[in-house]
Amino acid sequence: MLKKNKIHVIFGDEEPLMNAVLELRKAGIRIKDAFTPFPVHGLDAAMGIPRTRIAIASFLFGITGTSLATLMMWYMMIYDWPNDIGGKPNWAYYYNMPAFIPITFESTVFCAAHLMVLTYLLSSWLLPGVPPKNPDPRTTDDKFMLYLELTDEQSKLAEDIAKKNGAEEVNYKGEIYIEPKY
Amino acid sequence: MHPESEIRTPLILGNKTYKQITDDIIAPIEGKTSKWWYFLFTVSLLTALWGIASFTYTIGEGIGTWGSNNSVDWAWDITNFVWWIGIGHAGTLISAVLLLFRQKWRMAISRAAEAMTIFAVINAGLYVSLHTGRPWVDYWLFPLPNQFGSLWPNFNSPLLWDVFAVTTYMTVSIVFWYMGLIPDFATIRDRMVHKGWKKFYSILSFGWGGRAKHWQRLEEVSLVLAGLSTPLVFSVHSIVSFDFATSILPGWHTTIFPPYFVSGAVFSGFAMVLTLMLVVRKAYKLEEYLTIKHIEYMNILIIVTGSIVGVAYLTELFMAWYSGVEFEQYAFLNRATGPMAWSYWAMMTCNVISPQLFWIKKIRTSILATFILSIVVNIGMWFERFVIIVPTLCRTFLPSSWATYTPSFVDIGMFIGTIGFFGVLFLLFSRYFPVIAIAETKTILKTSGENFKKLAASHKQHQVEQH
Repeated sequence: MLKKNKIHVIFGDEEPLMNAVLELRKAGIRIKDAFTPFPVHGLDAAMGIPRTRIAIASFLFGITGTSLATLMMWYMMIYDWPNDIGGKPNWAYYYNMPAFIPITFESTVFCAAHLMVLTYLLSSWLLPGVPPKNPDPRTTDDKFMLYLELTDEQSKLAEDIAKKNGAEEVNYKGEIYIEPKY
Repeated sequence: MHPESEIRTPLILGNKTYKQITDDIIAPIEGKTSKWWYFLFTVSLLTALWGIASFTYTIGEGIGTWGSNNSVDWAWDITNFVWWIGIGHAGTLISAVLLLFRQKWRMAISRAAEAMTIFAVINAGLYVSLHTGRPWVDYWLFPLPNQFGSLWPNFNSPLLWDVFAVTTYMTVSIVFWYMGLIPDFATIRDRMVHKGWKKFYSILSFGWGGRAKHWQRLEEVSLVLAGLSTPLVFSVHSIVSFDFATSILPGWHTTIFPPYFVSGAVFSGFAMVLTLMLVVRKAYKLEEYLTIKHIEYMNILIIVTGSIVGVAYLTELFMAWYSGVEFEQYAFLNRATGPMAWSYWAMMTCNVISPQLFWIKKIRTSILATFILSIVVNIGMWFERFVIIVPTLCRTFLPSSWATYTPSFVDIGMFIGTIGFFGVLFLLFSRYFPVIAIAETKTILKTSGENFKKLAASHKQHQVEQH
């Protein structure tokens, strides 16, 4: 059994937070999570969080929307019930395509936007009724918090680095026990 | 963080800290509701009720209760639809296009402008659903087989494009707006003491905690949504203009319509944002976040879009003459000199002449002048849609079908009613939701806040002296 301390490190500003993160990482300490009141630029990179791929997902959802709209209009207007409306016949898809462009575009945007947002909400588990994810309520106002899970000796080192960089508080919030991997 | 030039005017005035920003923006939500709010809410609610009565009467009796007739079959309904949806466009322009251009001043107005977009599009949607005559079968507009037989809606028709465009626009705008609101709801949730309100904002905040990964995702989502909304907003009003441009009526059948409608929409939208924000900043004491500089920036955009609209009007006149088509020529002659010339000249004065006053810095930075001119612009833009629709339909190809038009009390009731409904929604929004994006504003404090800019300048001065 490996004992680890749960530590909340509170900062009053984003520069000390960034400096502490960089120094902690240099010392080989893994930063479990960070809670900030607004997006701190470069924090994700400093913490070693990989880039999000949600934009790629959005692109894929978008081309799905394009295909769905194409399929829908081809089926309804060309295949299922072709009509000659006002001298404008619907005999072939390529012939009518110019008139189908607006809806194809709208459907692309519709799917790209909504499915991306749904992916974002589900992957981050942000849904109505979910309990607040921030352990300290001050982090949505003006405080910045690092969450660490460290062994006793790492804790000492981390505390020193955090204090040196201007941490306002270093709070020990209990312990967890981790089954060591062999 | 990129240091910003000292020459740039600060966007947040006063000696602000992150905490101060939270306090200032949440103050109206936490504080007591003012008497003015109750007064305005009652007035809006009463006018909205008048609107509901008119809507109900229309549904019960049919659209024969309107002033529209056999020749003028589109009148106030479509005028108001285009007016409302045009107003909505500024919200998306501010939050999406200005985001792509990295304009920091958008942050003070984007939240309220997006709310305005949504409420305006809801009103526009009411007209669309009602002008069909039988709103209970409006589901026919969606791609369902007609009466569940085998006939489908006509995808070659711009009216159906409009259904898809407006639906997409409204839902994407709501989502875009709400994604930005989530972190701010979390801020309010974490401050609320009252249990019920805490629960209320807790549900609205979706459990947001400001984790680094979530911020990273949210920033990417906002950027992609902005990239999607930008062509979307242009497409929506282009498609609205296709409703007219793809017809064969002289005065409507012109290729200039899409850009002309889009710039007109942005023009009227900015005017509406100004009208609302000038009241909001005063009522909620947000003058330090919504500065004179913000007002000036918006007025400059009004000059730009107003001038585009002016050029479009003149181009239309020129093309009518140059085309050599007598029907086209008559359509414009009729607008400018016919029985409804007063509406044409009202439009010209309000839309072409009045925004040019903003070239004068004193007018551009005056709150009173801006407030008055913003209302004038919106009146002008209403007349623009009226001029395009009604005088044109009054005198089409056949003189035997020429007619005239007067709105009925139901038309007037519906129009005033939607303004009241808009007021009700906006007042509720401004009372219970943060009117300025809290988290976003904090990100620009250190680059554009007055105190931080002064600090940076003094550092620089200090360095120069040391050398």
